[in-house]
Amino acid sequence: MKEILVDIDLKEKEEYIINIGPQHPSTHGVLRLETCLQGEEVKYIIPHCGYIHRGIEKMSEKLTYPQLLHLTDRMDYLSAHINNEAVALCVENAMEVQVSERVKYIRTILAELSRVASHQLWWAAFGMDLGALTTFFYGLRDREKILDIFEESTGSRLIQSFITPGGLMSDIHPNFQKRVKDFIKYFRTKLPEYDDLLTGNVIFRERTQGIGILSKEDAIDYGVTGPSGRGSGFHCDIRKIAPYSAYPLVEFNEITFAEGDTYHRYLVRMKEMWESLNIIEQLIDNIPQGEIMLNLKAIKAPKGDYYQRVETARGELGVYIVSDGGPSPARIKYRSPNFSNLFVLNKISAGHKIADLVAISGSLDLVIPDIDR
Amino acid sequence: MYDFTAMTDSINKYLNVNFSPFWAGLIAMILLGVTILTFYSVLGLYLVYAERKICARMQNRVGPNRVGPMGLFQTVADLIKLLLKELIYIRNADALLFNIAPFIVIAASIMAIGAIPFAKGLQAIDLNIGVLYVLAISSLGVIGILIAGWASNSKYSVIGAMRSGAQIISYELSVGLALLCIITYAGSMQLSEIIASQKDGWWIFKGHIPALIAFVIFLIAGTAETNRGPFDLAEAESELTAGFHTEYSGIKFAFFFLAEYMNMFIIAAIATTLFLGGWLPFHLFQWDGFNRVMDFIPPVFWFFGKTALVIYLMMWFKWTFPRLRIDQLLTLEWKYLLPINLMNLVMIAFLTLMQWHF
Repeated sequence: MKEILVDIDLKEKEEYIINIGPQHPSTHGVLRLETCLQGEEVKYIIPHCGYIHRGIEKMSEKLTYPQLLHLTDRMDYLSAHINNEAVALCVENAMEVQVSERVKYIRTILAELSRVASHQLWWAAFGMDLGALTTFFYGLRDREKILDIFEESTGSRLIQSFITPGGLMSDIHPNFQKRVKDFIKYFRTKLPEYDDLLTGNVIFRERTQGIGILSKEDAIDYGVTGPSGRGSGFHCDIRKIAPYSAYPLVEFNEITFAEGDTYHRYLVRMKEMWESLNIIEQLIDNIPQGEIMLNLKAIKAPKGDYYQRVETARGELGVYIVSDGGPSPARIKYRSPNFSNLFVLNKISAGHKIADLVAISGSLDLVIPDIDR
Repeated sequence: MYDFTAMTDSINKYLNVNFSPFWAGLIAMILLGVTILTFYSVLGLYLVYAERKICARMQNRVGPNRVGPMGLFQTVADLIKLLLKELIYIRNADALLFNIAPFIVIAASIMAIGAIPFAKGLQAIDLNIGVLYVLAISSLGVIGILIAGWASNSKYSVIGAMRSGAQIISYELSVGLALLCIITYAGSMQLSEIIASQKDGWWIFKGHIPALIAFVIFLIAGTAETNRGPFDLAEAESELTAGFHTEYSGIKFAFFFLAEYMNMFIIAAIATTLFLGGWLPFHLFQWDGFNRVMDFIPPVFWFFGKTALVIYLMMWFKWTFPRLRIDQLLTLEWKYLLPINLMNLVMIAFLTLMQWHF
């Protein structure tokens, strides 16, 4: 933070300040980056957030737990299932109830599917940030298959509100298992195509390798989690550190790289898609029978403080609930991954070209509504 | 067969007989101007259509298919929309320069069209320094781009214009040197002469490997010159929103847009003329039967077929490659293309001196 303050003093002098955003193709939302340039070179960036602040945390204080769940979809809309799961797990822990194995399996499968969908969209948009426009259509083509699976089972494509405290809204569709298996088979043939189009490209490698290097120490200092943190060698996968739902039952690798540049942040996500497919494959055939929704009289957390963290597609999402024993929380706080990931941008892109700034912010995979909440 | 010289000569004779030299010249100019402008706008529109269809094919899409059969009139509809759109005037922008910039860009590309030989006799002016003329005129467009960026009074525009200036001035060298290779082979700068020198084989075939290298370099540098493909840094929509034409709207934007496509056509047409034998048909050794069948296809088709092939190549790498960064772009030119090009030129000079080309 200190460097930023020093730079603000510099701003008094005549400098070439350019506002990237709030409306700009490469900020992927209403984020404003006040960028100081020297020619093509970025001197510093001051991110301004708050353009899409909806007061989700304050609003939640007036809502019951099953109601406030629907607001969590709107934070990181690309991993809506995982956000739901975080609140559901937190409330279940507070009430000290255990959901059935079936629910745990389905939750994990849905979470991994949304992770794949999120990474697909990220890949699509990242290519576009770098000027390779065709990736966008490839990514969306395959994401559509996952959204169709979601639609069939949950009734909704983007913001499902499917995972609730106590279980699931409804049972999965009879076709679910078959379609997911079909998707895994299909997507395993498509992932090498992604590599052919972008990963192996010389221009792409030149644009990303050695750009925006984030050291492990900085990643820990700034709290950069998720694939962005793992690209710097920071072991921060909550699925490994504090397994929840069905993650203790599956085998998968935590992908980390020591390099910490844009290219390795990219590789982490590409490899995570393979891992997610493996996780789903281990679970999809073994979904046990069991009840879908616990028969709870009232969903009330007892008086006290509760914290639950989960791994979303972008990093660690923490839910902190302060309860006074009533049906709605006295105070709720989300520790959203994107907020922490955004503020490392100044650190890693200062001194690079303006084109690199776009690549770096793309590689951090920011979802703006999650920053502001 | 298919010689347009007789037709153009008879028009010329008719004008000269019936009118005084001044009026004959004026009428010829008007006729040519109208023909070229019509050709320009129609071709520009259909290049836009072609690009939209081709990129749609590469991206698992259908592309325009609503207006007219197979969406053929989509770009016409778009042009009408752009014509009717309000022109936005920017406060604190330099009004004169702001308005004049799109005209400079489009005038440069129209002037270059005049020197391109579409078929035997179908060429507006056959200058004895045709290659030099096309090179000089097509690089005038950068002045328009620089003016547009400066006069818009927008920070994005200035960065875009600055990039475009650096890029075009650098790549101009590679384009020039690549063309110089063929000029050395052909021994002439006149476009019709260069085509005539390829009667027994196109330069890309009979010029050995150096000609192939020159062709590849010309394609790369030519793409950079038109601000397209992986070299579209001047527009760089993910960085600069739209670069130098961020502030333009309506028909002025359409001018920039059309000029970009026509510049692509000009580059492809020059590549066709110098490397791929222009409007000459494809001949294979001494196979008379085959050659006669090839002769039967009109030269205009040959010219546009070859040009379309080169244009397709340029579209292909536009839609599959990521964009370069400005320093990488300049490194590519000054550290790789230019030295290779110079060595290539020396090699070609040697080959020509020894008469070793076919």
